[in-house]
Amino acid sequence: MSTLQTEALIIGGGVTGTGIMRDLALRGIHSILIEKNDLCAGASGGNHGLLHSGGRYVSNDIQSAVECRIENAILKNIAPHCIEETGGLFVGVAGDDEQFGILFPSYCKAAEIECEELDAAEARLLEPSLSADLIKAYLVPDATIDPFHLALENVEHARMHNGSQYLPHCLIQGFERKDDILAGAVCLDQRTGKTFRIEARQFINAGGGWAMNIARLAGCDDVRLLWSKGTLLVSHARLTDRVINRLRPPSDGDILVPGGTVSILGTTSVRTGDIDNVRPTVEEVNKNVREGMAMIPTLATTRFIRAFSRVRPLVQSGNQDDDRNIARSFSLFDHSSSLRNFCTITGGKLTTYRLMAEKTADLVAGRLGNTATCTTGTTPLPDSSSCKWTKPGASPRYWYVSKNPADMILCECEMVPQSAITQIIADSPGGEDDMSLESIALRTRAGKGPCQGSFCGIRIASHLYDQKYYTNDSGLYHMRDFFSERFKGMRSVIWGQQMAQMELAEALHCGLLGLENLPPKVKGD
Amino acid sequence: MKQETRYIDTELAVIGTGLAGIAAAIFALNRGISCTLTGNTGALAYTTGYLDLLGFSDSRFISAPWDALGDLAKSCPGHPLAGIAPTKIAEAFTEFTNFIGSIGVGYSPPGQENLRAITPAGTLKPTLCVPLTMIKGITALHSKAPCTVFGFHGLKGFSAHQIAANLKSIWPEIEARTIHFPGHESGELYAEVAARALEVPQNRILLAEILKHEGAGSSYLGLPAILGMHNPDEIHADLERLSGFSIFEIPTMPPSVPGIRLREIIEQTLPAKGITMIPQQKIRKIEFHKEKITLSLFDNYGPIAITARTVLLATGRFLSGGLEAHFDHISEPLIHLPVHQPPSREKWYQEEYLDSRGHEIHLAGIETDGSFRPLKNDGTVYDKRLFAAGIVLAHQDWIRQRCGAGVAIATASAAVDAIIEHLAQ
Repeated sequence: MSTLQTEALIIGGGVTGTGIMRDLALRGIHSILIEKNDLCAGASGGNHGLLHSGGRYVSNDIQSAVECRIENAILKNIAPHCIEETGGLFVGVAGDDEQFGILFPSYCKAAEIECEELDAAEARLLEPSLSADLIKAYLVPDATIDPFHLALENVEHARMHNGSQYLPHCLIQGFERKDDILAGAVCLDQRTGKTFRIEARQFINAGGGWAMNIARLAGCDDVRLLWSKGTLLVSHARLTDRVINRLRPPSDGDILVPGGTVSILGTTSVRTGDIDNVRPTVEEVNKNVREGMAMIPTLATTRFIRAFSRVRPLVQSGNQDDDRNIARSFSLFDHSSSLRNFCTITGGKLTTYRLMAEKTADLVAGRLGNTATCTTGTTPLPDSSSCKWTKPGASPRYWYVSKNPADMILCECEMVPQSAITQIIADSPGGEDDMSLESIALRTRAGKGPCQGSFCGIRIASHLYDQKYYTNDSGLYHMRDFFSERFKGMRSVIWGQQMAQMELAEALHCGLLGLENLPPKVKGD
Repeated sequence: MKQETRYIDTELAVIGTGLAGIAAAIFALNRGISCTLTGNTGALAYTTGYLDLLGFSDSRFISAPWDALGDLAKSCPGHPLAGIAPTKIAEAFTEFTNFIGSIGVGYSPPGQENLRAITPAGTLKPTLCVPLTMIKGITALHSKAPCTVFGFHGLKGFSAHQIAANLKSIWPEIEARTIHFPGHESGELYAEVAARALEVPQNRILLAEILKHEGAGSSYLGLPAILGMHNPDEIHADLERLSGFSIFEIPTMPPSVPGIRLREIIEQTLPAKGITMIPQQKIRKIEFHKEKITLSLFDNYGPIAITARTVLLATGRFLSGGLEAHFDHISEPLIHLPVHQPPSREKWYQEEYLDSRGHEIHLAGIETDGSFRPLKNDGTVYDKRLFAAGIVLAHQDWIRQRCGAGVAIATASAAVDAIIEHLAQ
C-alpha cells in the first residue's frame, strides 16, 4: 500500500474543506484534501448560491446574522470575481404576518445590517415580476456567490502557494490510532479501487453532512447531527435582478436567487435519515412553486430545467421539533478529550465558510505550533484561468473575445467552447486521467442550460475521443453516468417544453445510442 | 390587406408530416384516394434514416422481429403493432421503401432479420431497413474487412475515433482518420452544408483524392451521412467510383441529413403526383360537422379551409406537439381527445433514467378501436371519420422498443385500409 505524507489531512471537498486548505497554505502549512466525490458534492454545491446579508436570520439567530453581515463584506472584498452584487429584497404579501414586517428593521438594526424600506410601487419598479399584492419591501445587501468557482479557486490558491494537494474520488475508510493520536488514514481511490495511506500530523474532518460518520471512524461519538433535506428548483431564465426573500420567519419556497442566467427557487426542509440518496420529489417541487407564487406569480408558468436536493447538517443540541429553528451557526469540535490531533467542523452555511475555515485553521495551526495568523480575510482570492469557466455568461465572453473560429462551441446552451474543455483536462484542480463528463461539467457551465447536457454530453465525449483522451469504451460509460446523473435533477420538473426536451434526449441516448443496454462495467475498470 | 381564403376539398386530410403522415399519404396515393397532407414537419429531421420495426422487447435485443411481433401480441395486446398481421406490416414496409426509392432515396428491403447498424457512438442498433448509402456498413461489419472511418474537422458530435474505439473489440481492422472537408479549413462544419457541397461534382473529386490517400489499405470506408441531399444514391456511387472503395454512411447526430433528405424529397415529389401538401403549417381549428370535417390553417398566402371526408391524426408526441405535458396531466391539444396516461406526474418517470423497464410516460397516448379510430372516455368512437396513426398512439414505447418507424408505417397502412373501407360506405 502506498503512503502519502502531509502536515494536515482535510477530509471533505466542500467550501469549508477547500477554505481550510487555503487558510493553512497561507500560514505555510501543507495539506492534502481528500473528497469521496468531487468539489461541492454535498450542501456546498446544493444551495441557492446566496451570499446572505444576514437579514434572513435577524429574527431567530442573531449570531448567524452578525456572522453573515461580516463575512458578506469580507468576501465581496477578497473574491469579487465569484460574487454578483445583486442586492436583495425582503417582501411581504397580503396575508403575511404584518407584525413581523413592521419589526424587521429593528431586528436588522440590532445586527447592524443595512436595511432600507421601499414602498410597494418602488419595489415593483425595481422588480416587475413581484406580486401586485405586495404590502412591504426592504432592500438589504444580499448578493450571489458561485460555490464551485470559490472552491476551485481555494484549491488552486493552496496548490500555487505551497503545493498542497487535492485528491477527488478518495473515500476515507479508517484511521490508524495510537492512544490519543491519529497516525494515518486509510483511503480508497474509488476510480481505481486501490487503497492507500496518508500520514499526517493533524486530521481535519470537514465532512459536512457526513461529519458524524467520519468522526465515528476516528472513535469520536460527540458529533451528533440532524439532517435536513432541502429541495431547490432552477428556472430556464433569470426571473429577477435581485435576491427575493419572503418577509416572514424562514419557511418553504420563500427565497428566489438569481444565478447568472437562471434563478434558483427554494427551499423545502424535511428531516431525513438517508444522506447518500436524496432526490427531489414531485411533491417538493410542487410545494416550492406554490409557495413561491405568492411573491412571484409568474412562477406558475415558469419553465424549470432542474431541481436538486442536498442535506444540510444541523448540529444537535437538546430537543428541537422544527429544523428551521436550530441555529444555523457552525460547530467546531476539538475532540481533545479523546484525541489530540483530530477536529471536526460542521454546520454553518456557505456565507460563513471562510470564518469556519479560519477558526478550524487557528486550532490546527496552534496544535502544530505554527504562530502565523489568518490572512484569508485580507488576501485576495486569485482569479485563475482554469477556474473561470463555472461563471454564468463567462464562456461566451471569452469565446467572443478570442475570435477563434476553429474553437467550436460544444455546449450550445451555455456556449462552452472546446478550448474550455481542453484547458480543464489539462490543468483544472482535481483534473485526472480519464476525467468523467461529470467532473468536466462541474468545472464549466456545460450541461447547466435547458438541454441539461443531453446534447453537449455527446459532443464533449466525441471531442475527447477525437483528442484521443478517451481511447476505449470508457467514453460511453461516462456519457451514460453523466446523463443518468443529470436526470436525477430533471425528473421532477419535466412538464411543458422540458417534456419535449426529455423525449428528444432519451430518443438520442437510448433509441439511437443504446446507452441503456451497455454491458455492466466492472468497478475500477 | 385581407387575403382570400383558399378552399381545398379532399377525401383524406392527414395532419402531421412526420413518418406516419408521409406513409399515409403514400398509401392513399397508391390507392387512388385524394389526400391533403398538412401540419408540422415534426421530428422527421431528427431521424437517422434507419427504419426500425421492433428492436427491443423487455430490454432484450431482437434478432427476429417478425417472430417477436407474435410475442408482442401476447405480452402487450394494446400495442399498436399487436393488432396488425406481420404479413401486412411487411407489405407496408415494402410499399413504403419502394416508393421512397422510386423518388430518389433508395432503401434496403425489409428482411427476415434485424440488421445491426452502426451508430455515431460506435454502438450497434437493431433496425429493419437502412438507406442504400448505409447498407455496406452492415456488410463491412459482418465481414470484419479492413475499414477506415472518417470524421471531418469541425463536424461536432461525430468522432471517427469514437466509432473505431468502440467497435475495435469486435472489428480489429477498423481504423479512424479525421480529415478536412474540401475547401473547409477551419470552424464548424454543418452536415447539411457538407451534403449540399457534395452535390457539386468537383467537390466529390477533391474528397475522393483525400480518401484514396488516407484510406489506403482499407476495403471499406465509413463516412458521416453527408453524401448529397437530393440524389444520395448517385453521389454515393460516384464517390465509390472516384475513390475506388466501397463506401458507407454512418448517421450523425440530429438534425441529420438522412431525415432532411426524406423531408425534402417528399415535399418536392408528392405534389407532382397529386397530393396536396401544406407543410410546416399548424392546423388552427378542426370541426366535425354532420356532412363534412373542416380544418382551418394559414400559410404565407393567407387562410386555407379544408373540407375532408376523413381525417388522420398523425401529430406525433411531445417533440412534435401532438401531445402536451402540463403541470399535472397530458393533453392532446388539437381535438382534445382523451389521453391514456399515468395517474399523476410522480408516475411519469422512473427514478433511474436508464431503468430497463422504461418510463410510463411513453405508454401514454391516444387509444383507438381496431380500425385506429380514437376513442372517447366512454370507450366509444370519437367520430367514425377520425383515425390516428404513428407514435401519438398509446401502449407503445417507440424509444426503448426501437419501433418508431414500424408503428408509423404499419398503423398508417392499417388506418388507410380502414379509411378506404369507410369511404366506400
